[in-house]
Amino acid sequence: MSGHSTYVPKSGVARWFESRLPIMGLMHSSFITFPNPRNLNYWWTFGGILAFMLLAQIVTGVILAMHYVPNSALAFDSVEHIMRDVNYGWLLRYTHANGASMFFIAVYIHILRGLYYGSYKAPREVLWILGVIIYLLMMATGFMGYVLPWGQMSFWGATVITSLFSAIPVVGNSITTWLWGGFAVGDATLNRFFSLHYLLPFMIAAVVVLHIWALHVPGSNNPTGVEVKSGKDTLPFHPYFTIKDGFALVCFLIFFAWFIFYIPNYLGHADNYIVANPLKTPPHIVPEWYYLPFYAILRSIPSKLGGVCCMFGSILLFAVLPWLDTSKVKSAAYRPLYRAFFWVFVACVIGLGYIGAMPPEGAYVTIGRILTIWYFLHLLVIIPLLGFVETPRELPASIAESVLAPKRSAVGNA
Amino acid sequence: MVLRKISGLSGMVLATSLMIGGVAMAAGTAKTQHGGQEPIPPRQSWSFAGPFGRFDPAQLQRGFEVYQKVCSACHSLNLVAFRDLASPDGPDFSEAQVKALAASYKIKDGPNDSGDMFERPGRPADHFPPPFPNKQAAAAAFGTAPPDMSDLAKARTYPRPFPLFIFDAFTQYQEQGPDYIVGIMNGYTHPNDPHYNEYFPGHKIAMPKPLSDGLVKYTDGSPETVKQYSRDVAAFLFWASEPNLDARKKMGFHVMIFLIVFAGLLYFTKKRIWANVEH
Repeated sequence: MSGHSTYVPKSGVARWFESRLPIMGLMHSSFITFPNPRNLNYWWTFGGILAFMLLAQIVTGVILAMHYVPNSALAFDSVEHIMRDVNYGWLLRYTHANGASMFFIAVYIHILRGLYYGSYKAPREVLWILGVIIYLLMMATGFMGYVLPWGQMSFWGATVITSLFSAIPVVGNSITTWLWGGFAVGDATLNRFFSLHYLLPFMIAAVVVLHIWALHVPGSNNPTGVEVKSGKDTLPFHPYFTIKDGFALVCFLIFFAWFIFYIPNYLGHADNYIVANPLKTPPHIVPEWYYLPFYAILRSIPSKLGGVCCMFGSILLFAVLPWLDTSKVKSAAYRPLYRAFFWVFVACVIGLGYIGAMPPEGAYVTIGRILTIWYFLHLLVIIPLLGFVETPRELPASIAESVLAPKRSAVGNA
Repeated sequence: MVLRKISGLSGMVLATSLMIGGVAMAAGTAKTQHGGQEPIPPRQSWSFAGPFGRFDPAQLQRGFEVYQKVCSACHSLNLVAFRDLASPDGPDFSEAQVKALAASYKIKDGPNDSGDMFERPGRPADHFPPPFPNKQAAAAAFGTAPPDMSDLAKARTYPRPFPLFIFDAFTQYQEQGPDYIVGIMNGYTHPNDPHYNEYFPGHKIAMPKPLSDGLVKYTDGSPETVKQYSRDVAAFLFWASEPNLDARKKMGFHVMIFLIVFAGLLYFTKKRIWANVEH
């Protein structure tokens, strides 16, 4: 993916194989000799962490599917059977359930890294859009996965979210009925959600391949946002970035293990340990934490259709971000105004998440609306305007210079 | 260089804590279901709390006693089998005890070769038979069907408003369920109103006060009080809902030690590899 492969097969068999399918050469140039900017910080390790999380979710998920029964009369008990009777079933299920949250934590850090350092700008627009597609697929997968245990929150979450489609004018109700496979969330819904929940991760994996391909054309962005200019700016992927990514991954696993082994139900809802009951609505229906900011946007708009449009729009806007941002400078490290607005935006999204978890009443509604307005203002007005009004700091001539210059001046002062 | 690194590091720490805070906030507040007005059940101290927590078999045996003598008259325990009671990570009854216990239950089985359903003595592999043949029968008897108790201790909680739920992630507070159950058992504070409960959301509970002092005989000399009964039965129900807790926490310790040592080794390897290049 980066010029010609320097891979030299060592054995006769490897030579024979390589001349017929040069996959080892591809791996070698992509993950061994691939030149990465030498100044990448630890925020750049989350891509590898995400690849690991996808793999972990698929492996645990495939094993769980061997014991799970996608039938509305049996699903809840089959999950309990996994928790109680399957060898290490509790470990698989808690890993998978908390793994979804870890996946989203990692993806949010990964996205914020891209926003902060301007990784979405030319020449990485397609890479960024592929990322938005992965994120949308993740949200769909996570949502359908949460329905499968068929607890109260599974059922009512599915009801609330699928009902959103009824807001579409004229055909809305027909679409909802079509999604449900009936006139309410039921057995048919659970079956198709299981089928799709098994399918989508492999689609994610396919888009991840494209994502990595699109990454390896221009190479990684870096904290200065200055493109690689010469070999002095880079280091080979192995051993420098394999060891760095590996260290970061193991640190992330410590965080992950804390949830699996000590607080496995912290991120879940107690109500989901009650079997789904279509006749009894829980007092307060909340989606999983990773959807809460968007749920808050949905509820902040007084019209149902408007709310649905704003909710989907709030995510889809990210796909056109490369063209909304008018600044030529990538990294927030050299954009003092953008840097401030970036952190305000992060606070705004966390605030929306908090509002999404609160009942939609009183001050929560007002705050939710203010934050929703700010969310769109940031993306649609502030980001385009900043390119015109902001005076960026002076960029280093190259990555190598940015790495070496402070050192040289330190030596000069000594 | 050093300064830049430090400021970068502090930014990372800030952002990460924001992130975790946000996640925790969302998770915790999501549990806030009934507003902030309800009284909070008093926090109990449990043998199974914390990273080294383990169930106390003696307590689980007493709790089972309470379940069997009192709760099981109305509440099913569908997901628990007799054999589970022999678990060393649980009540740790002997196999003979479990066999004898199972045999004391009548289990509906069949159809047999002549097509009839029949009753036979229970076996360790059988699950606890429910007190009512179906939900409708239970609802007809009580007005509302008493919930199954298998997952009850994980299916109940009470609000943990900001910033408590943030601390919960660090202090590993996962025992809201048993605390709530103890609260309910001790929450019948209006003697004139048998359906008033201090800790039940809305205070109107369908179940009248189930426990009273001296109701269940203990053989190990533990006090035969509502306070003791409620703690024992809550512990038993938490075990019933999370029978692999001991195994989970034991494995968790090993995994943590492994990961921390591994991370340390990787850190020094990384330092060594990067030692000769500017970055």
